[in-house]
Amino acid sequence: MSPSVLIVLVVYLGCAIWSLRISMTSSRLIPTDQYVGLRQYELLFDNARWQASVINIGIFGALFVIASLVLGVLLAILIDQRVRGENVFRSLFLYPYSMSFVVTGLVWNWLLNPTYGIEKMGRDLGFSTFKFDWIVSQSMVVYTLVFAAVWHAAGLVMAIALAGLRGIDPDIWKASRVDGIPASRTYLQIVLPMMGGALATATILLTLSVVRLYDLVVVMTKGGPGLASEVPAKFVVDHLFDRGNIGLATAASTVMLVTVLAVIAPWVFVQRMRARKAGAA
Amino acid sequence: MSVAADEPQGKPPQRFTAGRLLLYATLTISAILFVVPLYVMLVTSLKTMTEIREGAILGLPARPMLDAWIDAWTRACTGLTCNGIRVGFWNSITILVPSVIVSILLGAVNGYALAFWRVPGAQLVLAMLLIGAFIPYPVFIFPLVRLFAALGIYGSLPGIIAIHTIFGLPVMTLLFRNYYLSLPVELFKAARVDGAGFWRIFVSVMAPMSIPILVVAVILQVTGIWNDFLLGLVFAGRDNMPMTVQLNNVVNSTQGERLYNVDMAATLLTALVPLAIYFLSGKWFVRGIAAGAVKG
Repeated sequence: MSPSVLIVLVVYLGCAIWSLRISMTSSRLIPTDQYVGLRQYELLFDNARWQASVINIGIFGALFVIASLVLGVLLAILIDQRVRGENVFRSLFLYPYSMSFVVTGLVWNWLLNPTYGIEKMGRDLGFSTFKFDWIVSQSMVVYTLVFAAVWHAAGLVMAIALAGLRGIDPDIWKASRVDGIPASRTYLQIVLPMMGGALATATILLTLSVVRLYDLVVVMTKGGPGLASEVPAKFVVDHLFDRGNIGLATAASTVMLVTVLAVIAPWVFVQRMRARKAGAA
Repeated sequence: MSVAADEPQGKPPQRFTAGRLLLYATLTISAILFVVPLYVMLVTSLKTMTEIREGAILGLPARPMLDAWIDAWTRACTGLTCNGIRVGFWNSITILVPSVIVSILLGAVNGYALAFWRVPGAQLVLAMLLIGAFIPYPVFIFPLVRLFAALGIYGSLPGIIAIHTIFGLPVMTLLFRNYYLSLPVELFKAARVDGAGFWRIFVSVMAPMSIPILVVAVILQVTGIWNDFLLGLVFAGRDNMPMTVQLNNVVNSTQGERLYNVDMAATLLTALVPLAIYFLSGKWFVRGIAAGAVKG
Protein backbone atom coordinates (compact mmCIF):
# COMPACT_ATOMS: atom_id res chain seq x y z
CA MET A 1 0.00 0.00 0.00
CA SER A 2 1.34 3.41 -0.87
CA PRO A 3 3.01 4.85 2.19
CA SER A 4 2.45 8.56 1.45
CA VAL A 5 -0.90 8.62 3.24
CA LEU A 6 0.68 7.05 6.28
CA ILE A 7 3.55 9.55 6.22
CA VAL A 8 1.07 12.40 6.09
CA LEU A 9 -1.00 10.97 8.93
CA VAL A 10 2.13 10.47 11.03
CA VAL A 11 3.19 14.05 10.29
CA TYR A 12 -0.26 15.33 11.29
CA LEU A 13 -0.45 13.31 14.46
CA GLY A 14 3.19 13.95 15.31
CA CYS A 15 2.78 17.70 14.85
CA ALA A 16 -0.29 17.80 17.06
CA ILE A 17 1.43 15.83 19.83
CA TRP A 18 4.62 17.88 19.52
CA SER A 19 2.61 21.10 19.80
CA LEU A 20 0.80 19.75 22.84
CA ARG A 21 4.11 18.82 24.48
CA ILE A 22 5.73 22.21 23.88
CA SER A 23 2.64 23.95 25.22
CA MET A 24 3.43 22.38 28.60
CA THR A 25 6.97 23.75 28.73
CA SER A 26 8.36 27.21 29.42
CA SER A 27 9.68 27.55 25.83
CA ARG A 28 10.18 31.11 24.62
CA LEU A 29 12.33 31.70 21.54
CA ILE A 30 13.58 28.11 21.30
CA PRO A 31 11.87 24.98 22.60
CA THR A 32 13.02 23.71 26.00
CA ASP A 33 12.12 20.65 28.04
CA GLN A 34 11.31 22.49 31.24
CA TYR A 35 7.88 21.15 32.18
CA VAL A 36 5.49 23.75 33.60
CA GLY A 37 2.20 21.87 33.45
CA LEU A 38 -0.74 24.01 32.44
CA ARG A 39 0.98 27.31 33.29
CA GLN A 40 0.99 28.49 29.63
CA TYR A 41 -2.76 27.91 29.46
CA GLU A 42 -3.30 30.03 32.58
CA LEU A 43 -1.18 32.77 31.04
CA LEU A 44 -3.09 32.39 27.78
CA PHE A 45 -6.53 32.83 29.29
CA ASP A 46 -5.27 35.85 31.29
CA ASN A 47 -3.76 37.39 28.16
CA ALA A 48 -5.68 40.52 27.09
CA ARG A 49 -4.89 39.96 23.42
CA TRP A 50 -6.08 36.34 23.53
CA GLN A 51 -9.28 37.38 25.29
CA ALA A 52 -9.88 40.04 22.65
CA SER A 53 -9.15 37.46 19.90
CA VAL A 54 -11.67 35.00 21.31
CA ILE A 55 -14.39 37.64 21.70
CA ASN A 56 -13.75 38.99 18.21
CA ILE A 57 -13.85 35.56 16.58
CA GLY A 58 -17.07 34.81 18.51
CA ILE A 59 -18.82 37.93 17.22
CA PHE A 60 -17.40 37.52 13.74
CA GLY A 61 -18.20 33.82 13.61
CA ALA A 62 -21.81 34.09 14.73
CA LEU A 63 -22.64 36.96 12.39
CA PHE A 64 -20.69 35.57 9.45
CA VAL A 65 -22.18 32.07 9.62
CA ILE A 66 -25.76 33.28 10.11
CA ALA A 67 -25.56 36.02 7.48
CA SER A 68 -23.91 33.77 4.88
CA LEU A 69 -26.44 31.00 5.47
CA VAL A 70 -29.47 33.30 5.29
CA LEU A 71 -28.22 35.22 2.27
CA GLY A 72 -27.00 32.11 0.46
CA VAL A 73 -30.24 30.19 0.99
CA LEU A 74 -32.36 33.19 -0.04
CA LEU A 75 -30.36 33.63 -3.24
CA ALA A 76 -30.66 29.90 -3.97
CA ILE A 77 -34.44 30.02 -3.47
CA LEU A 78 -34.74 33.05 -5.76
CA ILE A 79 -32.63 31.37 -8.45
CA ASP A 80 -34.70 28.20 -8.11
CA GLN A 81 -37.84 30.03 -9.32
CA ARG A 82 -37.05 29.05 -12.92
CA VAL A 83 -35.48 32.37 -13.73
CA ARG A 84 -34.03 33.18 -17.10
CA GLY A 85 -30.28 33.69 -17.13
CA GLU A 86 -29.80 31.42 -14.15
CA ASN A 87 -26.18 30.75 -15.10
CA VAL A 88 -25.34 34.45 -15.17
CA PHE A 89 -26.79 35.06 -11.72
CA ARG A 90 -25.09 31.98 -10.32
CA SER A 91 -21.69 33.00 -11.69
CA LEU A 92 -22.00 36.52 -10.33
CA PHE A 93 -22.89 35.34 -6.82
CA LEU A 94 -20.16 32.72 -6.70
CA TYR A 95 -17.17 34.46 -8.31
CA PRO A 96 -15.89 36.08 -5.07
CA TYR A 97 -15.38 32.60 -3.66
CA SER A 98 -12.78 31.84 -6.32
CA MET A 99 -10.57 34.71 -5.19
CA SER A 100 -8.20 34.70 -2.23
CA PHE A 101 -8.84 36.33 1.12
CA VAL A 102 -5.87 38.57 0.35
CA VAL A 103 -7.63 39.98 -2.68
CA THR A 104 -10.94 40.16 -0.80
CA GLY A 105 -9.35 42.03 2.09
CA LEU A 106 -7.58 44.55 -0.13
CA VAL A 107 -10.72 45.34 -2.13
CA TRP A 108 -12.81 45.90 0.98
CA ASN A 109 -10.05 47.89 2.61
CA TRP A 110 -10.22 50.23 -0.39
CA LEU A 111 -14.05 50.34 -0.54
CA LEU A 112 -14.19 51.21 3.17
CA ASN A 113 -11.36 53.73 3.00
CA PRO A 114 -12.66 56.63 5.12
CA THR A 115 -11.12 59.30 2.87
CA TYR A 116 -11.94 58.04 -0.61
CA GLY A 117 -14.35 55.16 -0.19
CA ILE A 118 -18.04 54.80 0.62
CA GLU A 119 -17.88 57.74 3.04
CA LYS A 120 -16.80 60.10 0.25
CA MET A 121 -19.50 58.65 -1.99
CA GLY A 122 -22.14 59.56 0.60
CA ARG A 123 -20.79 63.09 0.97
CA ASP A 124 -20.57 63.60 -2.79
CA LEU A 125 -24.25 62.70 -2.94
CA GLY A 126 -24.95 65.70 -0.71
CA PHE A 127 -24.96 64.14 2.77
CA SER A 128 -22.17 66.40 4.03
CA THR A 129 -22.06 64.86 7.51
CA PHE A 130 -22.22 61.25 6.27
CA LYS A 131 -19.78 59.11 8.22
CA PHE A 132 -18.67 55.59 7.42
CA ASP A 133 -15.37 54.99 9.18
CA TRP A 134 -16.04 51.51 10.56
CA ILE A 135 -12.70 50.16 9.40
CA VAL A 136 -10.81 52.53 11.69
CA SER A 137 -13.32 52.33 14.54
CA GLN A 138 -12.53 50.13 17.55
CA SER A 139 -16.15 49.18 18.10
CA MET A 140 -17.15 48.59 14.46
CA VAL A 141 -14.12 47.11 12.71
CA VAL A 142 -15.23 43.49 13.33
CA TYR A 143 -18.36 44.14 11.28
CA THR A 144 -16.29 45.24 8.28
CA LEU A 145 -14.60 41.82 8.38
CA VAL A 146 -18.08 40.27 8.37
CA PHE A 147 -19.07 42.26 5.24
CA ALA A 148 -16.00 41.15 3.36
CA ALA A 149 -16.25 37.52 4.44
CA VAL A 150 -19.99 37.26 3.66
CA TRP A 151 -19.38 38.71 0.20
CA HIS A 152 -16.71 36.07 -0.24
CA ALA A 153 -18.69 33.05 1.03
CA ALA A 154 -22.42 33.66 0.39
CA GLY A 155 -22.07 32.25 -3.13
CA LEU A 156 -20.69 29.02 -1.71
CA VAL A 157 -23.82 28.58 0.43
CA MET A 158 -25.93 29.48 -2.60
CA ALA A 159 -24.25 26.76 -4.70
CA ILE A 160 -24.61 24.10 -2.00
CA ALA A 161 -28.21 25.08 -1.19
CA LEU A 162 -29.19 25.17 -4.86
CA ALA A 163 -27.88 21.64 -5.30
CA GLY A 164 -29.95 20.68 -2.23
CA LEU A 165 -33.10 22.33 -3.62
CA ARG A 166 -32.67 20.53 -6.96
CA GLY A 167 -32.49 17.26 -5.08
CA ILE A 168 -35.96 17.70 -3.55
CA ASP A 169 -38.58 15.33 -4.92
CA PRO A 170 -40.90 17.35 -7.26
CA ASP A 171 -43.86 15.41 -5.84
CA ILE A 172 -43.44 17.36 -2.58
CA TRP A 173 -44.17 20.53 -4.49
CA LYS A 174 -47.12 19.01 -6.29
CA ALA A 175 -48.59 17.78 -3.01
CA SER A 176 -48.18 21.11 -1.26
CA ARG A 177 -49.75 22.90 -4.23
CA VAL A 178 -52.70 20.52 -4.20
CA ASP A 179 -53.15 21.19 -0.49
CA GLY A 180 -52.96 24.93 -1.13
CA ILE A 181 -50.01 25.53 1.16
CA PRO A 182 -48.28 28.85 0.34
CA ALA A 183 -44.79 28.51 -1.14
CA SER A 184 -43.13 30.39 1.73
CA ARG A 185 -44.50 27.88 4.26
CA THR A 186 -43.55 24.93 2.09
CA TYR A 187 -39.99 26.24 1.99
CA LEU A 188 -39.74 26.96 5.70
CA GLN A 189 -41.47 23.90 7.10
CA ILE A 190 -40.94 21.17 4.50
CA VAL A 191 -38.17 21.90 2.01
CA LEU A 192 -35.53 23.46 4.27
CA PRO A 193 -35.74 20.69 6.88
CA MET A 194 -35.34 18.16 4.04
CA MET A 195 -32.13 19.94 3.02
CA GLY A 196 -30.59 19.33 6.43
CA GLY A 197 -27.55 17.58 4.99
CA ALA A 198 -26.68 20.36 2.55
CA LEU A 199 -27.18 23.04 5.20
CA ALA A 200 -25.05 21.11 7.70
CA THR A 201 -22.24 20.83 5.17
CA ALA A 202 -22.42 24.56 4.45
CA THR A 203 -22.40 25.36 8.16
CA ILE A 204 -19.36 23.16 8.78
CA LEU A 205 -17.44 24.75 5.90
CA LEU A 206 -18.29 28.25 7.13
CA THR A 207 -17.38 27.40 10.73
CA LEU A 208 -14.02 26.06 9.68
CA SER A 209 -13.22 29.18 7.71
CA VAL A 210 -14.00 31.10 10.92
CA VAL A 211 -11.44 29.13 12.92
CA ARG A 212 -8.91 29.54 10.13
CA LEU A 213 -9.51 33.27 9.72
CA TYR A 214 -6.09 34.85 9.25
CA ASP A 215 -5.30 36.23 5.78
CA LEU A 216 -8.34 38.49 5.66
CA VAL A 217 -7.49 40.14 8.98
CA VAL A 218 -3.78 40.56 8.26
CA VAL A 219 -4.48 42.19 4.92
CA MET A 220 -7.55 44.23 5.76
CA THR A 221 -7.05 45.56 9.29
CA LYS A 222 -3.74 44.13 10.62
CA GLY A 223 -5.67 43.23 13.78
CA GLY A 224 -6.33 46.86 14.61
CA PRO A 225 -7.22 49.47 15.55
CA GLY A 226 -5.73 48.40 18.87
CA LEU A 227 -6.79 44.81 19.50
CA ALA A 228 -10.20 45.36 17.96
CA SER A 229 -9.83 42.84 15.12
CA GLU A 230 -7.27 40.40 16.50
CA VAL A 231 -8.13 36.72 15.96
CA PRO A 232 -6.76 33.41 17.37
CA ALA A 233 -4.87 32.25 14.25
CA LYS A 234 -3.07 35.59 14.13
CA PHE A 235 -2.28 35.28 17.84
CA VAL A 236 -0.53 31.95 17.18
CA VAL A 237 1.44 33.10 14.13
CA ASP A 238 2.51 36.39 15.72
CA HIS A 239 3.66 34.70 18.92
CA LEU A 240 5.59 32.07 16.96
CA PHE A 241 7.47 34.37 14.63
CA ASP A 242 7.40 37.97 15.86
CA ARG A 243 7.18 37.66 19.61
CA GLY A 244 9.24 34.51 20.15
CA ASN A 245 6.88 32.94 22.65
CA ILE A 246 6.55 29.39 21.42
CA GLY A 247 5.06 28.01 24.64
CA LEU A 248 2.18 30.47 24.61
CA ALA A 249 1.67 30.09 20.84
CA THR A 250 1.41 26.29 21.01
CA ALA A 251 -0.97 26.55 23.96
CA ALA A 252 -3.18 28.79 21.81
CA SER A 253 -2.91 26.45 18.82
CA THR A 254 -3.88 23.50 21.03
CA VAL A 255 -6.99 25.36 22.14
CA MET A 256 -7.81 25.93 18.46
CA LEU A 257 -7.27 22.25 17.70
CA VAL A 258 -9.58 21.14 20.51
CA THR A 259 -12.25 23.58 19.30
CA VAL A 260 -12.08 22.23 15.75
CA LEU A 261 -12.18 18.63 16.91
CA ALA A 262 -15.24 19.43 19.02
CA VAL A 263 -16.99 20.74 15.91
CA ILE A 264 -15.80 18.15 13.45
CA ALA A 265 -15.71 14.87 15.37
CA PRO A 266 -19.50 14.63 15.90
CA TRP A 267 -20.04 15.50 12.23
CA VAL A 268 -17.62 12.82 11.02
CA PHE A 269 -19.28 10.36 13.38
CA VAL A 270 -22.76 11.15 12.04
CA GLN A 271 -21.49 10.87 8.44
CA ARG A 272 -19.97 7.44 9.16
CA MET A 273 -23.15 6.26 10.87
CA ARG A 274 -25.18 7.39 7.90
CA ALA A 275 -22.85 5.65 5.49
CA ARG A 276 -23.09 2.45 7.52
CA LYS A 277 -26.89 2.67 7.63
CA ALA A 278 -27.04 3.23 3.87
CA GLY A 279 -24.72 0.26 3.41
CA ALA A 280 -26.95 -1.97 5.55
CA ALA A 281 -30.15 -0.99 3.75
CA MET B 1 -38.45 17.50 -20.20
CA SER B 2 -36.47 18.54 -23.27
CA VAL B 3 -36.15 22.26 -23.79
CA ALA B 4 -33.64 24.34 -25.71
CA ALA B 5 -30.17 23.84 -24.29
CA ASP B 6 -29.76 27.44 -23.08
CA GLU B 7 -33.09 27.37 -21.25
CA PRO B 8 -33.23 26.45 -17.55
CA GLN B 9 -34.95 23.14 -17.00
CA GLY B 10 -38.70 23.04 -16.47
CA LYS B 11 -41.42 24.81 -18.37
CA PRO B 12 -40.73 28.29 -19.72
CA PRO B 13 -41.61 31.14 -17.33
CA GLN B 14 -45.26 31.95 -16.86
CA ARG B 15 -46.89 35.31 -17.55
CA PHE B 16 -44.84 38.26 -16.41
CA THR B 17 -46.59 39.12 -13.14
CA ALA B 18 -45.72 41.67 -10.48
CA GLY B 19 -44.22 38.86 -8.44
CA ARG B 20 -41.88 37.86 -11.27
CA LEU B 21 -40.86 41.49 -11.71
CA LEU B 22 -39.99 41.72 -8.01
CA LEU B 23 -38.05 38.47 -8.28
CA TYR B 24 -35.92 39.70 -11.17
CA ALA B 25 -35.45 43.11 -9.54
CA THR B 26 -34.18 41.49 -6.32
CA LEU B 27 -31.85 39.17 -8.19
CA THR B 28 -30.50 41.97 -10.37
CA ILE B 29 -29.87 44.32 -7.45
CA SER B 30 -28.14 41.55 -5.51
CA ALA B 31 -26.00 40.70 -8.52
CA ILE B 32 -25.01 44.37 -8.91
CA LEU B 33 -24.02 44.55 -5.22
CA PHE B 34 -21.88 41.43 -5.64
CA VAL B 35 -20.16 42.90 -8.69
CA VAL B 36 -19.44 46.34 -7.20
CA PRO B 37 -16.11 45.37 -5.55
CA LEU B 38 -14.78 43.90 -8.81
CA TYR B 39 -16.00 46.95 -10.73
CA VAL B 40 -14.38 49.33 -8.23
CA MET B 41 -11.09 47.43 -8.47
CA LEU B 42 -11.17 47.74 -12.24
CA VAL B 43 -12.11 51.43 -12.52
CA THR B 44 -9.68 52.44 -9.75
CA SER B 45 -6.84 50.67 -11.55
CA LEU B 46 -7.60 52.64 -14.73
CA LYS B 47 -7.62 56.11 -13.08
CA THR B 48 -4.87 58.61 -12.27
CA MET B 49 -4.22 59.43 -8.60
CA THR B 50 -5.63 62.94 -9.09
CA GLU B 51 -8.83 61.49 -10.45
CA ILE B 52 -9.01 59.05 -7.53
CA ARG B 53 -8.65 61.88 -5.00
CA GLU B 54 -11.15 64.18 -6.65
CA GLY B 55 -13.63 61.86 -8.33
CA ALA B 56 -16.16 59.36 -7.01
CA ILE B 57 -15.11 55.82 -6.20
CA LEU B 58 -17.87 54.42 -8.43
CA GLY B 59 -17.18 56.88 -11.26
CA LEU B 60 -15.82 55.71 -14.60
CA PRO B 61 -12.32 56.94 -15.47
CA ALA B 62 -12.38 60.04 -17.71
CA ARG B 63 -9.63 58.55 -19.84
CA PRO B 64 -8.80 54.93 -18.99
CA MET B 65 -5.04 54.55 -18.49
CA LEU B 66 -3.05 51.34 -18.33
CA ASP B 67 -0.11 53.08 -16.57
CA ALA B 68 -1.04 51.67 -13.16
CA TRP B 69 -1.17 48.16 -14.59
CA ILE B 70 2.29 48.55 -16.14
CA ASP B 71 3.65 50.02 -12.89
CA ALA B 72 2.10 47.22 -10.84
CA TRP B 73 3.53 44.54 -13.13
CA THR B 74 7.03 45.94 -13.62
CA ARG B 75 7.80 48.57 -10.96
CA ALA B 76 5.78 48.06 -7.75
CA CYS B 77 8.05 47.96 -4.70
CA THR B 78 8.40 45.30 -2.01
CA GLY B 79 10.63 46.84 0.61
CA LEU B 80 13.69 48.09 -1.27
CA THR B 81 13.33 46.08 -4.46
CA CYS B 82 11.08 47.49 -7.15
CA ASN B 83 10.64 44.80 -9.78
CA GLY B 84 6.87 44.69 -9.78
CA ILE B 85 4.33 42.03 -8.92
CA ARG B 86 5.56 39.88 -11.81
CA VAL B 87 8.24 38.49 -9.48
CA GLY B 88 5.50 37.03 -7.27
CA PHE B 89 3.55 35.88 -10.31
CA TRP B 90 6.44 33.75 -11.58
CA ASN B 91 7.19 32.51 -8.06
CA SER B 92 3.56 31.42 -7.73
CA ILE B 93 3.73 29.60 -11.07
CA THR B 94 6.97 27.89 -10.01
CA ILE B 95 5.35 26.74 -6.77
CA LEU B 96 2.02 25.91 -8.37
CA VAL B 97 2.99 23.54 -11.18
CA PRO B 98 4.99 20.93 -9.23
CA SER B 99 2.70 21.21 -6.15
CA VAL B 100 -0.42 20.53 -8.21
CA ILE B 101 1.15 17.62 -10.10
CA VAL B 102 2.64 15.91 -7.04
CA SER B 103 -0.39 16.32 -4.77
CA ILE B 104 -2.82 15.09 -7.43
CA LEU B 105 -0.69 12.11 -8.44
CA LEU B 106 -0.26 10.98 -4.85
CA GLY B 107 -3.94 11.64 -4.10
CA ALA B 108 -5.00 9.57 -7.11
CA VAL B 109 -2.80 6.60 -6.21
CA ASN B 110 -3.89 6.68 -2.58
CA GLY B 111 -7.55 7.09 -3.48
CA TYR B 112 -7.24 4.13 -5.85
CA ALA B 113 -5.57 2.00 -3.17
CA LEU B 114 -8.23 2.86 -0.59
CA ALA B 115 -11.08 2.26 -3.04
CA PHE B 116 -10.06 -1.13 -4.47
CA TRP B 117 -7.40 -2.75 -2.37
CA ARG B 118 -7.61 -4.21 1.08
CA VAL B 119 -5.83 -1.65 3.21
CA PRO B 120 -5.28 -2.48 6.89
CA GLY B 121 -7.12 0.03 9.10
CA ALA B 122 -8.76 1.69 6.10
CA GLN B 123 -11.69 3.00 8.16
CA LEU B 124 -9.37 4.67 10.65
CA VAL B 125 -7.23 6.15 7.87
CA LEU B 126 -10.35 7.59 6.23
CA ALA B 127 -11.65 9.13 9.43
CA MET B 128 -8.26 10.64 10.16
CA LEU B 129 -7.96 12.04 6.64
CA LEU B 130 -11.38 13.60 6.97
CA ILE B 131 -10.44 15.22 10.27
CA GLY B 132 -6.97 16.14 9.00
CA ALA B 133 -8.48 18.04 6.10
CA PHE B 134 -10.13 20.38 8.58
CA ILE B 135 -7.43 21.17 11.12
CA PRO B 136 -6.29 24.81 10.97
CA TYR B 137 -2.72 25.32 9.75
CA PRO B 138 -1.45 27.22 12.81
CA VAL B 139 -1.62 23.93 14.75
CA PHE B 140 1.00 22.35 12.47
CA ILE B 141 3.18 25.29 11.62
CA PHE B 142 5.75 25.26 14.39
CA PRO B 143 6.58 21.52 14.38
CA LEU B 144 6.78 21.58 10.58
CA VAL B 145 9.13 24.56 10.63
CA ARG B 146 11.45 22.65 12.98
CA LEU B 147 11.16 19.45 10.97
CA PHE B 148 11.85 21.21 7.66
CA ALA B 149 14.74 23.14 9.17
CA ALA B 150 16.25 19.85 10.35
CA LEU B 151 15.80 18.41 6.84
CA GLY B 152 17.34 21.54 5.33
CA ILE B 153 14.33 22.42 3.16
CA TYR B 154 12.82 25.21 5.28
CA GLY B 155 12.35 28.36 3.21
CA SER B 156 13.06 26.68 -0.11
CA LEU B 157 11.14 25.65 -3.20
CA PRO B 158 11.14 21.91 -2.33
CA GLY B 159 9.95 22.91 1.14
CA ILE B 160 6.88 24.82 0.00
CA ILE B 161 6.05 22.10 -2.56
CA ALA B 162 6.23 19.47 0.19
CA ILE B 163 3.97 21.63 2.38
CA HIS B 164 1.33 22.00 -0.32
CA THR B 165 1.50 18.26 -0.93
CA ILE B 166 1.10 17.43 2.77
CA PHE B 167 -1.89 19.74 3.16
CA GLY B 168 -3.43 18.84 -0.20
CA LEU B 169 -3.18 15.08 0.16
CA PRO B 170 -6.15 14.40 2.49
CA VAL B 171 -8.64 16.19 0.23
CA MET B 172 -7.16 14.75 -2.96
CA THR B 173 -7.15 11.21 -1.55
CA LEU B 174 -10.80 11.44 -0.45
CA LEU B 175 -11.80 13.02 -3.75
CA PHE B 176 -10.27 10.25 -5.86
CA ARG B 177 -11.41 7.50 -3.51
CA ASN B 178 -15.03 8.63 -3.72
CA TYR B 179 -14.77 8.83 -7.50
CA TYR B 180 -13.22 5.38 -7.89
CA LEU B 181 -15.87 3.90 -5.61
CA SER B 182 -18.50 5.16 -8.06
CA LEU B 183 -16.93 3.17 -10.93
CA PRO B 184 -18.22 -0.37 -11.57
CA VAL B 185 -16.11 -2.73 -9.49
CA GLU B 186 -16.27 -5.33 -12.33
CA LEU B 187 -13.68 -3.26 -14.21
CA PHE B 188 -11.24 -3.86 -11.40
CA LYS B 189 -12.16 -7.53 -11.00
CA ALA B 190 -11.80 -8.24 -14.73
CA ALA B 191 -8.35 -6.69 -14.75
CA ARG B 192 -7.39 -8.78 -11.73
CA VAL B 193 -8.59 -11.93 -13.46
CA ASP B 194 -6.42 -10.99 -16.44
CA GLY B 195 -3.51 -10.98 -14.05
CA ALA B 196 -2.84 -7.24 -13.86
CA GLY B 197 -1.15 -5.95 -10.71
CA PHE B 198 -1.53 -2.81 -8.60
CA TRP B 199 0.29 -0.39 -10.91
CA ARG B 200 -0.82 -2.03 -14.14
CA ILE B 201 -4.50 -1.64 -13.21
CA PHE B 202 -3.93 1.94 -12.10
CA VAL B 203 -2.10 3.00 -15.25
CA SER B 204 -4.11 1.15 -17.91
CA VAL B 205 -7.60 0.90 -16.40
CA MET B 206 -8.11 3.63 -13.81
CA ALA B 207 -6.01 6.52 -15.13
CA PRO B 208 -7.82 6.76 -18.49
CA MET B 209 -11.16 6.86 -16.67
CA SER B 210 -10.06 9.59 -14.27
CA ILE B 211 -10.38 12.58 -16.59
CA PRO B 212 -13.57 14.07 -15.02
CA ILE B 213 -12.26 13.88 -11.47
CA LEU B 214 -8.85 15.07 -12.66
CA VAL B 215 -10.43 18.28 -13.95
CA VAL B 216 -12.13 18.84 -10.60
CA ALA B 217 -8.89 18.11 -8.72
CA VAL B 218 -6.89 20.52 -10.88
CA ILE B 219 -9.44 23.29 -10.33
CA LEU B 220 -9.45 22.73 -6.56
CA GLN B 221 -5.67 22.57 -6.24
CA VAL B 222 -4.81 25.41 -8.62
CA THR B 223 -7.19 27.87 -6.94
CA GLY B 224 -6.31 26.61 -3.46
CA ILE B 225 -2.55 26.84 -3.89
CA TRP B 226 -2.66 30.08 -5.86
CA ASN B 227 -4.81 31.70 -3.15
CA ASP B 228 -2.69 30.45 -0.25
CA PHE B 229 -1.10 33.14 1.86
CA LEU B 230 -0.05 31.75 5.25
CA LEU B 231 1.88 28.68 4.01
CA GLY B 232 3.75 30.70 1.41
CA LEU B 233 4.54 33.38 3.97
CA VAL B 234 6.01 30.88 6.44
CA PHE B 235 7.55 28.14 4.29
CA ALA B 236 8.46 29.54 0.86
CA GLY B 237 11.34 31.76 1.94
CA ARG B 238 12.29 35.21 0.62
CA ASP B 239 13.30 34.09 -2.85
CA ASN B 240 10.11 32.16 -3.56
CA MET B 241 7.46 34.47 -2.07
CA PRO B 242 4.16 33.71 -3.82
CA MET B 243 2.12 36.45 -5.44
CA THR B 244 -0.38 36.81 -2.57
CA VAL B 245 2.40 37.48 -0.07
CA GLN B 246 4.14 39.92 -2.36
CA LEU B 247 0.84 41.68 -3.05
CA ASN B 248 0.30 42.23 0.65
CA ASN B 249 3.85 43.55 0.99
CA VAL B 250 3.37 45.91 -1.94
CA VAL B 251 0.11 47.31 -0.62
CA ASN B 252 0.60 47.29 3.13
CA SER B 253 4.23 48.28 3.51
CA THR B 254 4.48 51.21 1.15
CA GLN B 255 6.30 54.20 2.53
CA GLY B 256 4.73 57.59 1.94
CA GLU B 257 1.78 58.10 -0.36
CA ARG B 258 -0.21 55.01 -1.25
CA LEU B 259 -0.86 54.62 -4.95
CA TYR B 260 -4.37 53.20 -4.92
CA ASN B 261 -4.50 52.72 -8.69
CA VAL B 262 -1.30 50.63 -8.65
CA ASP B 263 -2.55 48.72 -5.58
CA MET B 264 -5.82 47.83 -7.30
CA ALA B 265 -4.05 46.85 -10.54
CA ALA B 266 -1.73 44.57 -8.55
CA THR B 267 -4.74 43.11 -6.70
CA LEU B 268 -6.58 42.41 -9.95
CA LEU B 269 -3.47 40.84 -11.46
CA THR B 270 -3.26 38.51 -8.46
CA ALA B 271 -6.96 37.61 -8.79
CA LEU B 272 -6.67 37.01 -12.53
CA VAL B 273 -5.62 33.35 -12.44
CA PRO B 274 -8.44 32.10 -10.16
CA LEU B 275 -10.97 34.36 -11.91
CA ALA B 276 -9.95 33.00 -15.31
CA ILE B 277 -10.25 29.43 -14.03
CA TYR B 278 -13.62 30.23 -12.50
CA PHE B 279 -15.19 31.86 -15.54
CA LEU B 280 -13.68 29.40 -18.02
CA SER B 281 -14.52 26.26 -16.07
CA GLY B 282 -18.14 27.19 -15.36
CA LYS B 283 -20.05 24.21 -14.02
CA TRP B 284 -16.82 22.33 -13.24
CA PHE B 285 -15.96 24.83 -10.52
CA VAL B 286 -19.31 24.23 -8.84
CA ARG B 287 -18.73 20.51 -9.18
CA GLY B 288 -15.36 21.00 -7.51
CA ILE B 289 -17.00 22.80 -4.61
CA ALA B 290 -19.59 20.05 -4.29
CA ALA B 291 -16.88 17.37 -4.35
CA GLY B 292 -14.79 19.35 -1.91
CA ALA B 293 -17.81 19.70 0.34
CA VAL B 294 -18.38 15.96 0.38
CA LYS B 295 -14.82 15.40 1.51
CA GLY B 296 -15.50 18.14 4.00
